[in-house]
Amino acid sequence: MESVFGLVGKDFAIVAADSSAVHSILVHKTNEDKIMILDSHKLMGASGETGDRAQFTEYIQKNVALYQFRNGIPLTTAAAANFTRGELATALRKNPYMVNIIMAGYDKDIGPSIYFIDYIASLHKLDKAAFGYGSYFALSMMDRHYRKDMIVEEAIDLVDKIIMEIRSRLVVAPPNFVIKIVDKDGAREYAWRESIKDAPVPGV
Amino acid sequence: MSIFEYNGSALVAMVGKNCFAIASDRRLGVQLQTIATDFQKIYKIHEKLFIGLSGLATDAQTLYQRLVFRHKLYQLREERDMKPETFASLVSAILYEKRFGPYFCQPVIAGLGDEDKPFICTMDSIGAKELAKDFVVAGTASESLYGACESMFKPDMDAEELFETISQALLSSVDRDCLSGWGGHVYVVTPTEVTERILKGRMD
Repeated sequence: MESVFGLVGKDFAIVAADSSAVHSILVHKTNEDKIMILDSHKLMGASGETGDRAQFTEYIQKNVALYQFRNGIPLTTAAAANFTRGELATALRKNPYMVNIIMAGYDKDIGPSIYFIDYIASLHKLDKAAFGYGSYFALSMMDRHYRKDMIVEEAIDLVDKIIMEIRSRLVVAPPNFVIKIVDKDGAREYAWRESIKDAPVPGV
Repeated sequence: MSIFEYNGSALVAMVGKNCFAIASDRRLGVQLQTIATDFQKIYKIHEKLFIGLSGLATDAQTLYQRLVFRHKLYQLREERDMKPETFASLVSAILYEKRFGPYFCQPVIAGLGDEDKPFICTMDSIGAKELAKDFVVAGTASESLYGACESMFKPDMDAEELFETISQALLSSVDRDCLSGWGGHVYVVTPTEVTERILKGRMD
């Protein structure tokens, strides 16, 4: 089962997700990137039904870009989160998207923030959030070790502790994780934590 | 498990002498897991009208957005705020529109009507209004709340005493309900001011 978690630091936000693509008992790949970069200063980590996840995150990414093209300025993190919630809520009673989302962003005047968005479109702004079976370990580790205004090194240390906990305590633990960070310099990939490496795919 | 018990909530409103109080718990959960301890369930419609929404959080958020929309339109057309009785009828109509695919919410409405007379009411998820002269309750802790309010309530309390009474009723009831709690949020509204207070109770 897929784990995604995120936390807010001093002037950055971090989202980490496992990277296995699983179909019943088969692991298709172990380097699937589940954290979509929405625009220069927004990240969206998603977990849930594979097709819904890929389609829905891309849909949100393109709509965020469209807003910027039409209006000349980017959406704030709160606006993007509320837009996402709106799309999930509209679809909920017709054709629900089974996707849980942690959206992280950096706004110049507000600083970093993360938003928890359930698959049934419950939205809440939080300092620390997690989804999946890994959330039982992630939330507990964060309850114990998280402090407001951590620096990057401390936050990554906590993320590593959480990944260690998930790997050792979850029976079908995902082997690899991807970590992405967003701060005033933008949203980018920070690191991979791999204990199993896939054979490299020839470039397309 | 019932859909009304998915997120967990406790809401209560009480009438005093020329004032009212409305209180909620602060927990946002996903079944057994607590996601947040600062989730807002009481919303201000205007200075003398508040609505609390218990039940499924996503529907509470959607319903709140629809109600604010309708009230803002009303304000533009009528150039005044809605009376609580009118607002209650609006909420009832909006809920009944979805009679065969309802919003899984139970609202608690509290306001000061003509001549600042306190008005409270609750309704079920399909809009059956329940007007009361003393107190109304909603949420997963409603049964405990009925008992606590019935024993603690007396008519014509002033703002200070009303705050104490509603706080004690809320805290003692949520302590018997695993799905609600993590503190309390109390608004006491008189014709001249609105006092918002956070309660610290058993944080479990």
